[in-house]
Amino acid sequence: MADETPKPEELIQIDHRPPKTDWMDVPVNIRKGMYCYASNPKSVEYLGLPNARQWNPLDDDWQLPENWQEIIHEGFKERLEKYRSFRVFMDICVRCGACSDKCHYYIGTGDPKNMPVLRAELLRSVYRNDFTRMGKILGKINGARPMSLDVLKEWWYYLFQCSECRRCSLFCPYGIDTAEITIMGRELLNLLGLNIDWIATPVANCYRTGNHLGIQPHAFKDMLDFFVEDIEEITSVQVDYNINKKGADILFITPSGDVFADPGTYTAMGYLMLFHYLKEKFGLDVTWSTYGSEGGNFGFFTSHETMKRLNSKMYAEAKRLGVKWILGGECGHMWRVINQYMDTMNGPTDFLEVPVSPITGTVFENARSNKMVHIAEFTADLIKHDKLDLDPSRNDHLKVTFHDSCNPARGMGIFDEPRYVIENVCNNFYDMPANTIRENTFCCGSGAGLNAGENMELRLTGGLPRANAVKHVHERHGVNMLACICAIDRAALPPLMEYWVPEVDVTGLHEMVANALIMPGENERSTDLRGEDIPGREIVEEAQEESEVDSEEQADEQ
Amino acid sequence: MNLRYIVPLIAVTLLFLVSYLGAQVSAMQYVLGVVVPYVAILTFVLGFAYRVINWSRSPVPFSIPTTGGQQKSLPWVRHSKFDSPVKGWQIVVRMALEILTFRSLFRNTRMKLNQGGRLSYQLEIFLWVGALAFHYAFLVVLIRHLRFFTDPVPFFVQLVENIDGFFRVEIIYPAFKFGVPGVYLSSFVLLAAVSYLFFRRLFVRQVKYISIASDYFPLFLIFGIALSGILMRYFTKTDVTAAKELTLGLVTFRPTIPEGIGAIFFVHVFLVSILIAYFPFSKLMHLGGVFLSPTRNMPTDTRARRHVNPWNYPVPVHTYDEYEDEFREKMVEVGLPVEKMPEPAAAEEPEQAEEKE
Amino acid sequence: MGNSLKGLIEKKKKDIVKLWFEATIQTYAPDTAKFYTGQKDPFANPVGHTTAEAIPHLLDQLLSDLDSDAIKSHLDPIIRIRAAQDFSASQATAFIFKLKDVIRACLPDELKEASRLKELLAFESRIDRLGLMAFDLYMACREKIYEIAANETRNQTFRAFKRAGLIVEPSEQPPKVKGAKP
Repeated sequence: MADETPKPEELIQIDHRPPKTDWMDVPVNIRKGMYCYASNPKSVEYLGLPNARQWNPLDDDWQLPENWQEIIHEGFKERLEKYRSFRVFMDICVRCGACSDKCHYYIGTGDPKNMPVLRAELLRSVYRNDFTRMGKILGKINGARPMSLDVLKEWWYYLFQCSECRRCSLFCPYGIDTAEITIMGRELLNLLGLNIDWIATPVANCYRTGNHLGIQPHAFKDMLDFFVEDIEEITSVQVDYNINKKGADILFITPSGDVFADPGTYTAMGYLMLFHYLKEKFGLDVTWSTYGSEGGNFGFFTSHETMKRLNSKMYAEAKRLGVKWILGGECGHMWRVINQYMDTMNGPTDFLEVPVSPITGTVFENARSNKMVHIAEFTADLIKHDKLDLDPSRNDHLKVTFHDSCNPARGMGIFDEPRYVIENVCNNFYDMPANTIRENTFCCGSGAGLNAGENMELRLTGGLPRANAVKHVHERHGVNMLACICAIDRAALPPLMEYWVPEVDVTGLHEMVANALIMPGENERSTDLRGEDIPGREIVEEAQEESEVDSEEQADEQ
Repeated sequence: MNLRYIVPLIAVTLLFLVSYLGAQVSAMQYVLGVVVPYVAILTFVLGFAYRVINWSRSPVPFSIPTTGGQQKSLPWVRHSKFDSPVKGWQIVVRMALEILTFRSLFRNTRMKLNQGGRLSYQLEIFLWVGALAFHYAFLVVLIRHLRFFTDPVPFFVQLVENIDGFFRVEIIYPAFKFGVPGVYLSSFVLLAAVSYLFFRRLFVRQVKYISIASDYFPLFLIFGIALSGILMRYFTKTDVTAAKELTLGLVTFRPTIPEGIGAIFFVHVFLVSILIAYFPFSKLMHLGGVFLSPTRNMPTDTRARRHVNPWNYPVPVHTYDEYEDEFREKMVEVGLPVEKMPEPAAAEEPEQAEEKE
Repeated sequence: MGNSLKGLIEKKKKDIVKLWFEATIQTYAPDTAKFYTGQKDPFANPVGHTTAEAIPHLLDQLLSDLDSDAIKSHLDPIIRIRAAQDFSASQATAFIFKLKDVIRACLPDELKEASRLKELLAFESRIDRLGLMAFDLYMACREKIYEIAANETRNQTFRAFKRAGLIVEPSEQPPKVKGAKP
């Protein structure tokens, strides 16, 4: 509003006021803390993806192939012909601005190019120039511009500041989905070898070892053995688990992050305990797999083809092991892929059966074709049929709120199942404000492969709207635990909370389930899965305990 | 960027002037009243068809609906039928709500923290109201104009006219005469709404930032059309009968230019023609595109029913056998089952094998 | 009191708060500033809401006794946001000093009186103190960000190293260390 100059501006010299330039004239400034490091050429090479090389986003020269503009143009054209979504979304935006303030990255960073409409315009401007006559003739005044190195850098910088959370698509009157545009943009960038390493290396790892972290099979098993020991220490029950077992009823696949990173590990322990319980009580035979030891799929953040290559392992392993159907753990983008892509890409699955819970007899009609059930659906069904012995009061020290992860929210619509589970395993549950949960949920700020360490400022600002809502329920209801059904959330939310609301911790759904679950033959538990005392159930004598607490407090103060 | 609206403004002004001046010359009247509309209609039909066919030619490889509510899962979980539709009729309702009520725009709720931290909700309603007013006013105007292309005038056109012209209470209650006979509400709503949409682009900073020439051009054009229409109806009093003779002539392919039609009429027709011809090549195609948006028109039963990708092709994968070949020894050592036991020699001395590594 | 500088500021508090808020918010890109100002939903607009909440409290503190705890509780949320955003240290904290300009602009005639000078200088010293506190908070936030980033990386590599024996050399004893999974 250039003409309606605000008063203070006349009166006060404002030093740091940014200029009011057209967005196309604002050159991209790749800033530390906002970008992720370039992909390691070895990872790109391992996957056989094009243009693997050492490059640095901060360098002027990105070592692009000679004909890179042609590659982009041809790649663009090919995708317009292959994806109606892309073509339609390029054409029908009216720039009404409804999406502009819906993006958590825009809300948090204030950078106008993080408005979803503008993120799409980054590509659309080139589309107009290359593929429409109007754009070609009118040029910049009609929002068209030719592809240049600066434009490419802008693409790269901002397409890796989008977590493909789809919140904008909910508010768009035409359903234009920026995630779809980001996906296409990232595919184009990958044609030039311009991935980030936080994505490229996990993808290469996953291709080779079956999981993003590059854990080899024996190590995976050793980790589960650790959990078994820990569980025995806490519950005195030695849980039994299967791995790579042929002829099991169900194959279980969850993100490897849950097996190797806290606090996801406690959720993994929760799975082990639940499966053990079901085996003891009902004889259910669930197996883990090392070949399919990754639920997540960073290939989704690279290209459709890479996504399919990684995803193929799930069905392949189910077929090899001869299970009836597949159970999927708590994960965000994993479920977007499973729910909306998997069957199309790697189906049909005539070698599997329509999922039926052998315990309750429930037929999972909604997974009739792709044969994969979400563990929140599975557990909710168990609880509904009263098959689990639960003592929710063990979670009484927790005041819980639930973060709907973007992908299960807007790419699947799983809202009530996890809430039903939470409400049955703990007694204090408080939802966050309505425009920050369910389909309106705010991203953790680290989705779509952006949970690297080097882009911490991006993650913290992008996660601000989520943290802000958590802070509200913390202040209002004393919430101290943020539950989620996503491994990336479990990795990304703890630092987010540490910065914005340090009083709140993060948990997976099945960590709480396992804490409430009364295992056959277990001793009275004094600690939760984290080894922390459950208030009111400490074994230590009261007096001693109190003095310990006191000394701890003193130590904290110091 | 000023040019972004200055250029379209100049363009529309020029179009206005050209047609106004042209209408003074009788030979040009034929061009403006007959040739241009025919060309425009032809362009519209061909262009629209081309665009829609072009969109449809690109397949929908994946079913990617935005789930705006609870999925259909367990029987006791309440399914949000219109936000996560699975059945055909549910999708129809979702699309209808989207197209007829602009439901997604309506989602813009806003919360306020009152004293004591209590939350209250209110609707961020202006864009929604503005957009709705604009589109419905346009629709009503369009239907009313069918009067000029039909003989006899169909009943629904008259119905719409009667509703739209409710200011004509004078007919029933002469006491309440408004002075202007037959004022149609829609014209003024359209004018107001188009102005709102324009000023919003001009004054709402974020929207201005993202607006380009092709956002302003149709707004100016529609403003010009509405203005010329209102001028014609309420001020210059164009001969309606003559006008209808011309328009009916166009429809029946017996084009004539009757005497005594004012210049403003030609301006009106000309601007409408421009809009129609421009339509298929612009963002106005959102009219067609909204029906094809895969995030809205796809069922959310993607796990229950397989969606087929017409160009699905085999991709290189890392098979289990390759995997086991790489890790077999290590797997055997920790007791993980394998498909193929390692060669006896290797199996007996795994330690040695590892030492080599 | 009524005639003291503080009294004058009290009287014009509403204007001063408004201008100070605007001056603060205008450190963002113009269209963003508009959004941060216009959107009243605290959850859709945490930046604007936090800023708007804090500014009047900070002015209150300047007018009363500069209680450091109270100041921290109001200053910290703003600084915490600005420390994570695309600002240099000076940009992140400059808004405190904008208050000087705002007060001069709001009380142009009143400040002309020579007798006010002493009071004004005293008040501006208080603003400076507030500014220094902002620096401290800013630094603490930046340190926190580095700490979080470093710990995250360290934890990951730490764990990876712990299990390196497992991952790379299967012949070694698995490090059955309890601390492996903190």
